[in-house]
Amino acid sequence: MTEYLLVIVSAVFVNNVVFARFLGICPYLGVSKKLDTALGMGFAVTFVMTISTAITYVLYYGILVPYRIEFMQTVMYILVIASLVQLVEIVLKKVSKSLYSALGIYLPLITTNCAILGVALLAIQEKYSLLLSVLFAFFSAVGFILAIVIFAGIRERLEDADIPKPFRNVPIGLISAAILSLAFMGFSGLVK
Amino acid sequence: MKESLNILTRGLIQENPVTKMLLGLCPVLAVTTSAVNGLGMGLATTFVLLGSNMVISLTSKLIPDTVRIPSFVLIIATFVTIVDMLIKAFSPELNQSLGIFIPLIVVNCIILGRAEAFASRSGLWHSMLDAIGMGAGFTLSLLLLSSIREILGAGTFFNIPLVGEDASTVLVFALPPGAFASLGAIIALMNALEKKKGAAA
Repeated sequence: MTEYLLVIVSAVFVNNVVFARFLGICPYLGVSKKLDTALGMGFAVTFVMTISTAITYVLYYGILVPYRIEFMQTVMYILVIASLVQLVEIVLKKVSKSLYSALGIYLPLITTNCAILGVALLAIQEKYSLLLSVLFAFFSAVGFILAIVIFAGIRERLEDADIPKPFRNVPIGLISAAILSLAFMGFSGLVK
Repeated sequence: MKESLNILTRGLIQENPVTKMLLGLCPVLAVTTSAVNGLGMGLATTFVLLGSNMVISLTSKLIPDTVRIPSFVLIIATFVTIVDMLIKAFSPELNQSLGIFIPLIVVNCIILGRAEAFASRSGLWHSMLDAIGMGAGFTLSLLLLSSIREILGAGTFFNIPLVGEDASTVLVFALPPGAFASLGAIIALMNALEKKKGAAA
């Protein structure tokens, strides 16, 4: 039980995907201008990240390891993620119109979100079990939502701030991210 | 001739992939704790970019438009696997410190971006020049950021100590917050310089 708890706390706070692992910086800076788009992106990432980690885990231990072709990992993972994103898009369109209209525009962007591939690779690297991998993926995504929502809130306020011209937009965003990540470093030491 | 030169040099400053186009920021922030890592990552990415740009510019007429992106991704992933194996074989230390960011070159938006925006509609020669120019620009930004972080954070440069052993360093630059803040400062500096140049012209 403690093992699961440790993975959860570590994925959300201590080794937060954005602030400690530097994964998914592009969507983090790209779609964090408004709170609701940030949430939409966060949910889309959660959805795809959890499913893709489960599938790649099964394929890795089911196909790559028995046939000793682990070097195909990168090629296979990116194919799985790209086709999965397409599949999710088609299924969502049929099954749930409202969910599709909420997440639809973010899904194609997710293929090149390095957090998805990164978390799938990390789950293998950390030698987690299947259940632990899925938990790790889901809570890493929760960490991503936490990071992007806090950041979107800050950015909405930055809009009205009087910032020196060269610092507008991305530079001030990066510097706010630095302060946020400094705050998140306060969590380190919670989990060894 | 002039056009070739322009393609080669524009990636360095005017269209620098990191400071101007803000592409591929994840590896930029993650691996720049030391200048060696930054240089290694830059060269690895340049190699993948060169390989994928060449293959894509040669095969783009054969690939049907509908499966364009998946094919590009597959070509890129092949070159990334080659780089991954080369680094594992020749420099285990670099492999250790770059970690999962070597396979993650696949999703570096610079590479897919150049494939889609340039290599798929240009000749072999120009695609190669473009890859070298963009790769050099990417490597340059990585080297700049990693030098700042290594000198301030660890007091060394390419692992050569610059300050005495008991001197205290600004450790925060070696940690994640330092990466965000230094990159923000570099981009702001580039913006300011560009504005000045624009005002003078």
